[in-house]
Formats: sequence, structure tokens, C-alpha cells
Amino acid sequence: MTTLTVNGKVLEVHAASDTPLLWVLRDHLGMTGTKFGCGAGLCGACTVHLEGAAVRSCRVPLAALEGAKITTIEGIGASKVGAAVQAAWDRIDVPQCGYCQSGQVMGATALLSGNLRPTDTDIDKAMTGNICRCGTYARVRAAIHDAARSLREVQS
Amino acid sequence: MSAVFKASRRDFLKSSAAIGGGLAVGFYLPPAGFAADLKPVTANAWVRIAPDNQVTLICHRNEMGQDVHTSLALLVAEELGVDVQKVAIEQAPVDPVYINSLLGAQITGGSTSVRDAWVKLREAGATARVLLTTAAAQRWGVPLEECSAAHGYVSHRSGKRASYGELAEAAAGLPAPQSVALKAPAEFTQIGKQRHRLDAPAKARGQARFGLDATVPGMVYASLEQCPVLGGKATAVDDSKARALSGVLAVVNIGEGVAVVADHYWTAKKARDALNITWDYGPGAGLTTEQIRATLKDGAKSDGAIVRQAGDAAGALKSAARTLSAEYTSQLLAHATLEPMNCLALVSDAGCDIWTSTQFPQGAQGVAAARSGVAAARTRIWPQFIGGGFGRRLDVDFIGQAAAIARTVPGKPVKLIWTREDDIRHDFYRPASYHTLTGGLDAGGKLVAFDYKMVSSSITNRMFPGVVKNDLDPFMTEGSANLAYDVPNAMQRVVIQEYGLRSGYWRSVSHALNAFAIESFFDELAHAAGRDPVAFRLELLGKLPRQKAVLERVAAESGWGSALPSGTALGLAMMESYESHQALVARVSKSGKRLKLERLVYVVDPGIAVHPDQIVAQLQSGGVTGLINTLRSKVTLKDGRIEQGNFDDFPLLRINQMPRIDVVVLQAGEKPGGIGEVGVPLVAPAVANAVFALTGKRVRSLPLSDSGIEFV
Repeated sequence: MTTLTVNGKVLEVHAASDTPLLWVLRDHLGMTGTKFGCGAGLCGACTVHLEGAAVRSCRVPLAALEGAKITTIEGIGASKVGAAVQAAWDRIDVPQCGYCQSGQVMGATALLSGNLRPTDTDIDKAMTGNICRCGTYARVRAAIHDAARSLREVQS
Repeated sequence: MSAVFKASRRDFLKSSAAIGGGLAVGFYLPPAGFAADLKPVTANAWVRIAPDNQVTLICHRNEMGQDVHTSLALLVAEELGVDVQKVAIEQAPVDPVYINSLLGAQITGGSTSVRDAWVKLREAGATARVLLTTAAAQRWGVPLEECSAAHGYVSHRSGKRASYGELAEAAAGLPAPQSVALKAPAEFTQIGKQRHRLDAPAKARGQARFGLDATVPGMVYASLEQCPVLGGKATAVDDSKARALSGVLAVVNIGEGVAVVADHYWTAKKARDALNITWDYGPGAGLTTEQIRATLKDGAKSDGAIVRQAGDAAGALKSAARTLSAEYTSQLLAHATLEPMNCLALVSDAGCDIWTSTQFPQGAQGVAAARSGVAAARTRIWPQFIGGGFGRRLDVDFIGQAAAIARTVPGKPVKLIWTREDDIRHDFYRPASYHTLTGGLDAGGKLVAFDYKMVSSSITNRMFPGVVKNDLDPFMTEGSANLAYDVPNAMQRVVIQEYGLRSGYWRSVSHALNAFAIESFFDELAHAAGRDPVAFRLELLGKLPRQKAVLERVAAESGWGSALPSGTALGLAMMESYESHQALVARVSKSGKRLKLERLVYVVDPGIAVHPDQIVAQLQSGGVTGLINTLRSKVTLKDGRIEQGNFDDFPLLRINQMPRIDVVVLQAGEKPGGIGEVGVPLVAPAVANAVFALTGKRVRSLPLSDSGIEFV
């Protein structure tokens, strides 16, 4: 048994210790917002926050997570930055098929949590691990800038 | 295009008349989400109005990012008189009423959704509006002409008002009008305006349910080890190690592979990896990429079938002042949808139920019935959001596999999930192709003769053989049969040449193959004639004023003909596809030993733009898909096995590799053209033409990286 905090809730998980966090979330906890894309940390569809940092949940085994604090797409909207990112996503109509978008939102939120004035280079660096097969990249970039602007306005 | 299954006008009229039924409270339709309500379902309408005034579109096309939910809802909402942003969407089940008139089956593909629905769904909305207005007039005892309907309410000039929801039941009892008048485009208040995608908020919050997310009580999981050579079979399996794992419920040989069914996906995957399978690899065991290339080249010796003919091409080539010949090739490609193939299947006393993401619900029903052993009439498809289609989900192989596995564990819903490697290695690949081209120029540098042959595999022969007649596969001639140029002497042929690997429809299908060869070659011809590539094309477009207009506009938007920064060059390509006209200019520059893609400028004329912002989105998306097939991605074979497996060796474009993409949308037509695929085909020739303009190197095969052209 492993004890985790997911989106602020303390949960007990009974699963094989080598089970990746992705499948713990999806199959054991019924949280299907986090997506499976490659199983190898190459596409970013499974991005969640572990102790506030963006990680690929397909590469993190349950064994490494005792006591860990995890935030997923289901909970990110409760944070100021996550809500601002989602609002920008809504304004700009970023998603197409939408399958990668949970990961994109998680990646963007991690970036903006530490940087409210991201340059295009910062965005490239933070988001290059998140593949969008549909090619929504121009809108992902625009929405990150837009969310940053809205967060700066709230701050000032 | 030929119909696969014939949809009769009578069926459509019946469905139109049934719109009245669709208004009725209690009209039986599939429940929202995937509640396990497994009763038979017969939906026969697009519009449902609930007593609380909620309007629902029963959407008969599948949403894979191309915006059918919102675009189709716009058609209904415009005529019904409701705000599209308040329309709810429910995904339609399989029913003949939902057959795509342009394709002859219940298929989402071929950039047909809006074209097929353009009249149908506006009539559905208008019919409902007329019935609601009639019901109100009768209730109030006033003449119909004194009532009007808008914003979800019918109003009388006296000030009386009733919501659609209040009137729905009465409206449902009325006879459907024989005909309805539709708004003229100038009267549109929603079509052509900025509206938000209905599905976007859910997708930004992880709430949209894709096939992979389908969940029903008691669900178990399956992982399937498929024969590493496509077409091979499992002849024996040692499953002792797999069965020793706690949680394993069954090991099933379904022919093309062996599946492990377990309580959780991770258990199933681990147990699958522990299987020891003996394979009969079948006839594909020795296949290599080199063999495929040689087979295609050999196919060029055949005459094949004539696609298009004008004047006397052979004679005109003989008498031309100058001739030029070239060969072009395109590579094999996987679809690599981000959502790997998956399917949830339940075989029970109630029949067979399938929850999956599919572009072809009707085909899904057929294959699920066949492999579950349940009659088609008792096989129900519950389509989910599609995490990327691109044509891959027109094939239904994975759905049949899930049904075959589920029948061995009756009563247990089984979710089959492919790995990424399964997905790349068991695809239906975009066909490799080989093209020969010869052009003849007169003394003035005008193109007077064109000889063209395209050699490739026929997807349609595999999937819909009845559609291929006299060796002409209409999905291989796209971009050739509808060549925009008016060349006085032309002989265009196509040769079906199978090479031993299964092929599938890949976004824009042969438009992309033919456009790379033809639009690159026309650039070669222009240079050989010493002409400007824009001027060279313009003089061949006398019969297509809309095509001429997009070409002139793209030249203006891209700065064609004006001075460029040093180390920078432009490349052009244009075509008509899916009843839309488009042109693209790519700008590339030197970046050390590599090249940099600076910008793509699209001008597209789809006739009428139903949802303009999403037309821009589809062109942005088409540009990215086009870059995937242009720059470095490819599938290769050795010993019959696909050599790639994940995004490290089958790369997709990433955000740091993106050029700026600009899109100009013109509207010079009477009805909407297709849009979901039109951004794809022009990228390869435009970029290759820009590479030539910049470096002097003419690249005639894809991907460009095979010729040493690397982009940052």
C-alpha cells in the first residue's frame, strides 16, 4: 500500500510497486484526464505535477511515490496559475483533438508558476516535451503569453 | 465519387420528417456519457429539444479535432434560432440515416462533413423551427405569419412568448413541412462568425472522454502481442510465466496475436511481455523498404489506367521546343495518432457493446459483430472523442481484436490498449509512391504537354473494392484528376502496384503524393523555361478564376517577387482539393549547415467559411501534418518488420521546430468546400521548392532528410 496526496486528497493505493503513476491515476484512481501517449517519456501526454514540478507520469513508478504530493489536470484549475492557463486556453480555443491538451496545460502551468514573463525561448524549452500531433502549437504559445499577461495584471 | 453503400433519397426524407419526432420528450436516444444502458437504440434525427429548453445536436460525425461538433451545430443553430454556444452534443450511434452522402457510408473522412451536412443540417434546424412556430400559433390561435422564432423562443407580435422547450411536445405531433426555406448567406448571424469550439473547455480540463477513457463497471484490461510481421499468425504460445502473475484472468490466441486479459492494464502488459509465442510470419517475412521501392519502380512499366487526357501529349512532346523529365518518390508513413489504438468491448447476453474512438462506426459494427459472433443488429457502437484520426481510425482492426478477446470472457467488459510500439508497427501505412513526369515547353516557355504516371498501392482495393473500377482508384487520382492547370496536351495515368505491406488512408491521401510530384515538377518546368513560378502557373489557370485569385493573393501576402534578406528564399505550391482552392508559400533560410523554416503563408478559398477561426486552425494543423511528412519522418522495413517504434525514431514536429504560419481565408464560392485536409499536401512541394531556390538542390524524394536536407 502506498499513500499519496492527489489534488489535495490523501489516498491509499493498492497496486504493484512498479506500476507507473499514469496507470495508478487512470486505472486505480479512475482519473482519466491524464493521457497515455508513448509510455517512454517522449510525448508529454501524461504530464502531471509532482511536488509542483512537471513530470511524465508514465515514467514514475508507484514505489517512488510514498507520501508524494501530486496534482493532475483534474485538480490544476484550483490553483491561480492553472485557472489562468485554462481561461487563456478557452479564450484562444487551443484544443483540436484535445488528447495532448491535459499535458499541455500541465506543462504551461508549471512554466508560469516560476516565470510570469516567459519568452518564446522559455516556452520552447518548457514545452518541447509535449507533442501535439494536431499542431496546435501556435495557439499553445499564444495562450501561454495570454495567461502570463492575465496573471501579471492580477499581480500589479 | 462512387458510393460504397447506397444512401437513398427516401431515407433522407424519412429522417427529415422524423425531426418532429426528435422534438418529442422521451424520444429514445443513447444516454449521455457511457452509462451502461444497453437497450437497442434507433436514433433517426439530429435535433432534440428538452422541456428545459436544452437543444441537443445528435452529431453524426465523429470529433477528432477538425471541429465537426461546433461546425455542424452552427448549421442547425443558424436555422433553428438558438445560440450555438448553448447547444449540447451527443454522439450518434450507427444508423443508415447518418450515412455520409458523399462517401456512401457512416464515415467521418475525406473532408466531407460540412459539405455533406451543408443542406441536410440547415434543413433539420429549419424544419424544427417551422414546427415549433406552428405549434405556438396553434396554441395561441393566431396566424402563423404573426409568429417568429429566435433565441430559443417563439414570439407573437402581441408580446406572447413560449420557449422551444415548452412547445417541443406539441411540435412533435405535427406533420413535417413538405419543404422549408433556408436563409440566404447574407442573413446568417452565426455561420461565418467567430464562435468558440464547444468541446474546448472540456479538453482543457481533462474532461473530454476519449476511447481510452471509456469506463464501465467491472472493466478489465487486455494487452495484445501481435505478430511482428504484419499478416503473420501465432501458432503456439507458452503462457506459463504470464499466467503466474497475480491478476491475470485469461490468455487468448486471436490469430494475429496473443492477448493477456488482467485486472489492470499494467498487469496485462507485464504478462504479455512474459509470453513466449511461436509465429508463422507469413509471406511478408522478408520484406524490405528497398524491395518496396523496386516493386513500385517496376510498376511504372505498366500502362495502368488513364486518369485524365487532353489533346495529344505524345505528339506534342515530340514537337516541343524543349522537354524535361523527372522521377519523384514518397515514403511510407505511420499515422501516429497521439491516442494509441484502443477499444472497450463487452460481449454479454444483451449482445455486443463497443466503446471506442472511430471514424467509421458502421465498419466498427461490422467487424465487432463478425469477431464477437453477435449479430450486427445486436452490436452497438458508442463512439467517443477521437484522440487523433488522420485516417487511421477509418480502419477497425483494433475494434475487431477487442471483440474477439471479449467473446472469450463473456460478461466482462475488456479494454484493449495498444502500446505506442504496437501502434507504429501495426498501422495501415501511408502508401509509398513512385512518379514519372515529362513536360514539354514551347519556344516561348509555355507548358504545352504533360505526361504523368503515379504508381502506388490501392487502399481502396483493400477497404472498399467495389469502388475501384477499371483499375481506377478514385483515392489515388486526387490531385491528378482535378489538376488545376489547363495544359492543352496531357496524358495522366495511375498504376495500382501492391508491394506486400498494408496501406491506409492518411490525411489528404493521394493529394499529398501527387502534389509533391506535380507541384515540384512544375517548379522545375518554370525554372527550365526561365520563368517566374507564379507567372508560369497563372497563365495555365484561365479556367479557374478562384484558383487564380488565391495564387495572386499568396504572392502578395508572402512578398513574392520583392527583395528578400540574403540567405532566404521562397517556394510555392498550389492546388484545388476537396472543392477548396489553396496556395502556399514557404520561406526558408540558412542556419549554419542546416536550414530554418521561417514561415508558411496559406491562402485558402473554401467557398463559404462556416467557422472561420477553425478553418484557420485546420490550416495551422495541416501545415504541421505536412511538415511531418516532409522533413524527416518515415517508416522503413527490414525482415518484414517496421524498424521504428516510438517518437524517438518516428519523430513528430515539436513546438521549437514550428515556423510562423499565416492563413488568409477567401470566400468566393456558393457553398463550403472541404477544409480538414487541405493544409497538408502543399507543404512538401512548397518547402522543397524553397530549398531549391535557396540551395540549388532539387530534392525529389521524401522525407527531405534522406537527401541530407536537415532543418533546425
